[in-house]
Amino acid sequence: MTAAQTSRPAPVSAGRGAHPPASRRPRARRVKLGQVRLALLLLLPAAVVVFGVVLYPAGRALVISFYAVDSPFPGTYPFVGLRNYTEVLADRRLWTAVEHTFYFTAVSTALELVLGLGLAKLLAAPLRMRWLFRAVVVLPWALPTIVNGAMWRWILNAQYGVANALLTTLHLQDGYRSWLGTDPFLALNMVVVADVWKNTSLVAFFLLAGLQTIPQDLYEAARVDGAGPIRSFFRITVPLLLPSIALVLVLRTIEAFKVFDIVYVMTGGGPASGTQTVTFFTYLQAFSAQRFSVGAALAYLTVLTILALALLYLRLLRQAELSAP
Amino acid sequence: MAENIGELSRRGILRLSALAGAGLAVGACDVGGSGKGDGGGQGTGEGKITALFMKQAGYSEDDINAMTAEFQKAYPKITVEPSFVAYEALHDKIVAAAPAGTFDVVLIDVIWPAEFGSKRIVTDVSDQFPASWKTGMLGGALSTASYHNRYYGVPWILDTKYLFYNTDMLARAGVDPASLSTWDGVLAAARALKDKNVVELPLVWSWKQAEALVCDYTQLVGAFGGKFLSDDGKSVAFNSGGGLRALEFMKQTLDAKLSNPNSMESLEEDVRKIFSDGQAAMALNWTYMFNAANDPQQSKIAGKVGVATTPAGTSGGPGVNGSMALSVSSGSKNQKAAWTYVSYMTSAGVQNKYAKSSLPCWSTSYDDSQVVAALPQVVPVAKKQLASLIERPQVPRYNEISLILQAELQNALLGKKTPQKALDDAAGAGRSLLS
Amino acid sequence: MRPTRGYRIFIHAAALVTSIVILAPFAWLLYSSVVGQTDLVSRPMRWVPEHVTLARYREIFAGGGTSAGAAFRAAMVNSVLVGAGTVLVSLTAGVLGGYALARLRFPLRRTTLLSFLVAYMLPPITLIIPMYLLMSRFGLLDTKAGLIVVYCSLATPFALWNMSNFFGSLPAELEDAARVDGCSRLGALVRVILPLSRPGIMATGLYAFLLCWDEFLYSLIFTSTSQAKTIPVAIAEFTGRNAVDFGLIAAGGLLASLPPVVLTIVFQRYLISGLATGAVKG
Repeated sequence: MTAAQTSRPAPVSAGRGAHPPASRRPRARRVKLGQVRLALLLLLPAAVVVFGVVLYPAGRALVISFYAVDSPFPGTYPFVGLRNYTEVLADRRLWTAVEHTFYFTAVSTALELVLGLGLAKLLAAPLRMRWLFRAVVVLPWALPTIVNGAMWRWILNAQYGVANALLTTLHLQDGYRSWLGTDPFLALNMVVVADVWKNTSLVAFFLLAGLQTIPQDLYEAARVDGAGPIRSFFRITVPLLLPSIALVLVLRTIEAFKVFDIVYVMTGGGPASGTQTVTFFTYLQAFSAQRFSVGAALAYLTVLTILALALLYLRLLRQAELSAP
Repeated sequence: MAENIGELSRRGILRLSALAGAGLAVGACDVGGSGKGDGGGQGTGEGKITALFMKQAGYSEDDINAMTAEFQKAYPKITVEPSFVAYEALHDKIVAAAPAGTFDVVLIDVIWPAEFGSKRIVTDVSDQFPASWKTGMLGGALSTASYHNRYYGVPWILDTKYLFYNTDMLARAGVDPASLSTWDGVLAAARALKDKNVVELPLVWSWKQAEALVCDYTQLVGAFGGKFLSDDGKSVAFNSGGGLRALEFMKQTLDAKLSNPNSMESLEEDVRKIFSDGQAAMALNWTYMFNAANDPQQSKIAGKVGVATTPAGTSGGPGVNGSMALSVSSGSKNQKAAWTYVSYMTSAGVQNKYAKSSLPCWSTSYDDSQVVAALPQVVPVAKKQLASLIERPQVPRYNEISLILQAELQNALLGKKTPQKALDDAAGAGRSLLS
Repeated sequence: MRPTRGYRIFIHAAALVTSIVILAPFAWLLYSSVVGQTDLVSRPMRWVPEHVTLARYREIFAGGGTSAGAAFRAAMVNSVLVGAGTVLVSLTAGVLGGYALARLRFPLRRTTLLSFLVAYMLPPITLIIPMYLLMSRFGLLDTKAGLIVVYCSLATPFALWNMSNFFGSLPAELEDAARVDGCSRLGALVRVILPLSRPGIMATGLYAFLLCWDEFLYSLIFTSTSQAKTIPVAIAEFTGRNAVDFGLIAAGGLLASLPPVVLTIVFQRYLISGLATGAVKG
C-alpha cells in the first residue's frame, strides 16, 4: 500500500525515490512529534465524520450480538454469550448463502477488474470524441441500482422479456426460457451480469485515475528498449497500478459481500433461495424476523470475513509489488 | 516489512480494541433496560399526529389526503401529517421508527399483528373496540387485526384473491363460467381450453419465492380443508391432510402443463400482465386486477374480464385474507387523538365514499347503492367472498415461518423435493418457531 | 509516441463494441419509456409498437400535486443537493486525512486506514435502528442534512484511501521544493499537490456523488416526505403494492442517469492529469 511509502521503489525510474538527506536525523524526534500532532489534526475531520456516525450503532450492534434481542426497543434482554454466533454458524441456510456470496464476489470482482482495466486504458486512449465515450461509460454507473435490477429483471423475463425475444428471433435459442425463475445457478449468474454491467465503469474510473500517476516517459524508455505493448503493460502498468488495483479489489469485495439492492429487486433471493447472499440473509433475520441479535452476530461475522480477505489481498499485492523488477 | 506486520499485530490490535471498547461502552447503555416500548402516552386528544400510509394501496394518496382534510374539518383541534411509502418499506419503517415514536398511526398488513402486538410495537385497542363493530364488520375483516383474541388495530383495507377469467376464451372453448366454482371444474375448463387450442397454458399464478407464493398456497389449503397449525397453535399441521393436498394440486397443474411454468418467477403484477395480454385464461389475483385488466391502456382484453369467488376444493372456498388495518403505535405520545383519527378513517361513511378504490369492511355497506355503483361487477362477488376468509398463521415469528415455507414450496414446485418431503422439512424447521 | 494506424483502428473498434454493450440496455429503457403498457408485455415481441406515448415523460415533468412526477422532481433536487454536500465534506476529509496518511510519519498508519475501512464493512442493515434513534434525537430524520451526515460516513473511508494513494504517488521533491521556498505543509498541499491530483479528486468525487445517487436503504428508512426523499426511493414508489409500470421506472431511471453524465462531461478534463503526459518531470 503506497500510503506507507512516500516514494516509488527506486529501480523503476530516475528522480523519483530520493530519501530525506541525512542532515535531518538529529532533529528527527522533534519533527516526528510535530508530525504526529499534525497527522491527528488532519485525520480529525475524517474520524469525526465516520466514527461520529458509526461508533454508537456499531458498538450497540456488537453488544446486542451477545444478548437475545428480538425487538427494536431498548430494554432488558437475557445475556447469551456466543450463542447467537454458534446458532447462526450452524444454520445450513447461512452456508448456502455464503457459497453464493463467495461465488458472486469472486466472479463479479474478477470480471470487473479485468474488464475495468481494459476500459480504463480505453478511457485514456486518444479516441476521437473522447468526451462522448467517457459520458457513455458513466451511464451504467449513474443508473440507480434499483432501476438496474428492475431493468434486467424485465429484460430477462421468461414470459415477455426482450432477451428471450431477441435470442429466439435470431435463432440463437429454440424458444423462450426462464433466466431467473427455474435454475438457481443461472439466476445467480444473471445477477452477476447485472452487477458487472453496472460496476465495471466504477472500476474503470478508479483505475484511470491510477493510470494518471504513471509517467509517460517510462513507456518511452521501454519502447526504446524494444519492449512491445504487452510487455510494457505487464512490466510497467500493472506493477505501478497495484495500489489502485488493491483499492478497487478491496472496495468491490466489500460491496459484493454487502450486495443487497440488486438481489432484492431482481430475484428477491430466489429461486429456491438460489440468489440469497449473506447480507440478504442478514436482512431477513435482522429485520423481517426482528431477530436483531442474530443479525448483529451475522454482521460481525461478515466484517471479520471481509477484513480477512482484505488483509489477504494487501499481503499478496504487497508481495507482488516488492517482487516486481 | 516485518515491522509493518508487527505493527498490526501488536499495536494495531491495541488500537482497534480501544476503538471497539469505546463503541461497546457507548452501545452498552441501551441494553441495560429502560422499559420496553411503552414510551407512549394517551395525550390530550388534541394536537398534531403523524400517520404512515402506503402509496397506491387500495386508497390512493389523493383519497387519503381528502379523507384527512375532511377529518380535520370535523375535528379542528387535531392536525394530521400523513406520510406515504412503498409497501416494501412499510414493515421496516414501522420497526425502525418504533423506539423513536415517529409515527402515531401506522398502516399494518394482516400478517403483522402477532409480531407487532407481541413486541408491543402497536397498542392493544381491544378496550376501545365497540361491541357494535364486532357485529357490524364482515366476519373476514375482523380477524385482520386480531391476535390472541385482542385487537391491535382496526381493519381498513379489505382484500382477497378472486378467480378472474377471460370471458371470451371461455366462450370459445365452450366452458360455462358457473363450472368454475370448484377446482375440479377449473381443471376441466383448463383442459378444454388447452385441447381446443384456445390458449396453451390456461392458468398462471404468483409462485415466485415471496409472500405471494404463500398467499396462493393458503387459498388452496383452505379449499382442501387443511390447516396451518393445530388447534392449540402448538404444532404444525400443514404437512398432512389439506396442506399436503394443496401443494400436490399445485404441482399437478404444473406437470399437466395446465399452469404456466413462468409462474415460478411471477408476482401478482406479472400475473396481471400475462392475463391482460391474453396469454392466460384464468388466474387468482387481488381486487386491483379487475380495474387494471379492464383498462384499455394497460390491457388487451378490456371488457372481457369475469370475476368469481375463489373455487372450492373438497372443503369450502375461503379467500386468503390480504387486508390491512390501521393501528396506533405504542410509542405515540398522543394515542387518544390517534384513536379518534383511526375511528374516523375506518367508519362506514368514509369507506363507502371511496369504495371504488377499496371495498369497505362493513356488511351493511355492500347493500349501499353508492358502493354497489362503484364496482357493480365486483361487489356482489366480494360480498360473498369477504364473508369467508382464511388467515395465514397468526404467530409472532410468522415472517420466519413464511420464509421457510416459501423456500420449501419452491423446492417442491421446481421438482427438487417431493411435496411431502418439502412440507415435512418446512414443518421440522418451523416447529421451533412456534413457541 | 505517435499511435499507429492499426492501434487507432483497434481502440476505436474496442470503444464501439463497449459502447454497444453499454447502450443496448439503455436503448431498451428508452424504448420501454415511450411505448404503451400493452406493448411491453406482448409475446411474441412486437418490435414496432402499437402505442407510442410521451405521457410518462409528461407526468414526470409536469405532473403536479401528489403525482409520481412531482415526487420525482423533488427527489432529483434532493439527490443533487445531498450529493453535492457529501462530495464537499468527504473530499475535504479525504484530502486532509489522505495527506496525513501519505506524507506524515506516525505510528499505526496502516491500522488507522484499516479501521476506517472496517467502518465501511459493516452492513447498513445492522446499524440502521440505533442510527435511526440517533438521527431522531438530533432532529435529522427526513432532512437532507441527515442524509449528508450518513453518506459522508460511507464515502470518506475510500476517499481517504484513494487520496492517500494519489498523494503517495507524487514525487516528494515537488512539495519539498515548495516548502524550501517558504510554504507551510498545508500551503504546499493546496498549491502544489492538489492541482496535480485532479484525476484522483475527480474519481473520488464521482464515487462519492454516485454513492449518494444510488443509496437506497438509509434513504428509505430515514426519509418520509418529499423534502428529503432521494431518487431511488422516489423511483421505488412508482410501484404500488402490486401494480408496476416498468415504462415509468425506465423513464425515471433514464432521467436519473443524466445529471452524473452531465457532471462527467463538464469536469472531464480533470480525468487526465499533466503528470501522465510527462508535463511534470519527476
